Amino acid sequence: MKEVMEASHAVSEAVKSLEPDVIAAYPITPQTHIVERISDFVANGEIKSEYMRVESEFSAISACLGAQATGVRSYTSTSSQGLALMNEVLFIVSGMRLPVLMSVVNRALSAPINIWNDHQDSISERDTGWIQLYVETAQEGYDMTLMQAKISEDKRVMLPSMICMDGFTLSHVYEPVNIVEKAEIDEFVPKYEPLHAVLDPKVPLTQGPIGFPSHYMEFRNEICKAVDGSLDVIGEVMADFNKKFPNQIPKSRPEEYFHIEEYKTEGADMVLVAMGSVCGTIKDVIDEARKKGVAVGLVKLITYRPFPAKLLAEKLSKFSKVGVCEKAISPGLGGPLCNEIAGALYEANERPKIRSFIIGLGGRDVKLGHVEKIIDMLAKDIGNKEEWMY
Amino acid sequence: MSADIGRKTVQGVEVTTGCVLESNGSTENTKTGGWRALWPKTDKEKCTGCGICWVYCPDASRIKGEDGKYDFDADFCKGCGICMDVCPVKCIEMVVEEK
Repeated sequence: MKEVMEASHAVSEAVKSLEPDVIAAYPITPQTHIVERISDFVANGEIKSEYMRVESEFSAISACLGAQATGVRSYTSTSSQGLALMNEVLFIVSGMRLPVLMSVVNRALSAPINIWNDHQDSISERDTGWIQLYVETAQEGYDMTLMQAKISEDKRVMLPSMICMDGFTLSHVYEPVNIVEKAEIDEFVPKYEPLHAVLDPKVPLTQGPIGFPSHYMEFRNEICKAVDGSLDVIGEVMADFNKKFPNQIPKSRPEEYFHIEEYKTEGADMVLVAMGSVCGTIKDVIDEARKKGVAVGLVKLITYRPFPAKLLAEKLSKFSKVGVCEKAISPGLGGPLCNEIAGALYEANERPKIRSFIIGLGGRDVKLGHVEKIIDMLAKDIGNKEEWMY
Repeated sequence: MSADIGRKTVQGVEVTTGCVLESNGSTENTKTGGWRALWPKTDKEKCTGCGICWVYCPDASRIKGEDGKYDFDADFCKGCGICMDVCPVKCIEMVVEEK
């Protein structure tokens, strides 16, 4: 069924089909519309989830942790300061290998206080052991939420995941979305079957007790291996999704989901790398640039954690110049994504020139002119290694 | 439902999926009463057996005796004094722990 809907509500629809046993959330802009709509579904009796209105995001994620530890599916959603408040518990959820599902509606972090979009909130949680997937469109938000459950709950993965969607510039935008029948989704995402996290008084067990220095590293290593290993499962689930749910609305999503989406990279001399909704703007500029004979393309990154380093090294080493456009900054280092890509390319035989462009912090518009300028600076080798595009 | 905790040995160290232990906890095996500096001396004549100290004790260390009166569990009581504070008939006194 095709419908024009707010991207937030598309996510709510996907969550409705997944019918988590427990949903815990605390309202925070710009995530509010997702859980508001889900609370309607619960209140109307459309889904039978237990909906917990908690007093903070710390409580929301703690409630999900507790619920998931009993062996049921749980879901939450947040933004910005809310995600930052969850930080401590995020490590515990992944450490205990509980596949909690979360939607992050990306928003800047204070100070100065700002409710608008950038990626600083989720990028700052990149080391928590959560899977992070970034979406460009409402359709991707919907699809990826369905895939998220299948990926996280896979017995080989058993890890929590965040679907990251730009606040306002995507979350509050209305787009056509293809909504799938629940029966088809049930077939694609099986009912959650817990593996190790089962609370049963007849078979007592303790989850997440103290790990002494003699054990801690081995446990952390197991968690890291699980995150590394999830890369193949994500690819598998995406391939499965492509087969079962082919694209119904042109340009609403990549024809074939994968860790990256290449846009007009064929014959390109330079490429931009970006994540999220800004890719739409970049694609428009690339269309125009191509008409003028500028050999530029885009590599859109969907899977950020686990980081597909090998894949990126292989793809990006083909080009002579790479411009990484990102909505986050690690003060004292630079663009986190740019540095990670540079690290991935270190082992490559052919290394392109890499430039970092910091864009759209705190909801600053990224206009066609900004992208045109970035392409121009790349082509003519002007400007510094790191440029802030105001 | 039974759990598959994925027990295995890595570098000589036993690990499980998601830091799970196949037991109902080990708190009882670790006696923590030694942390105590004061202990709650209960006047059994005054104690009415109301159980309010049991409700408030943060370490489940108030034990009901056969006479219906409460006393403390020397293995786990840490001497915080909450029982003394909440006792409605003031039958508990905190006294210095001596060998």
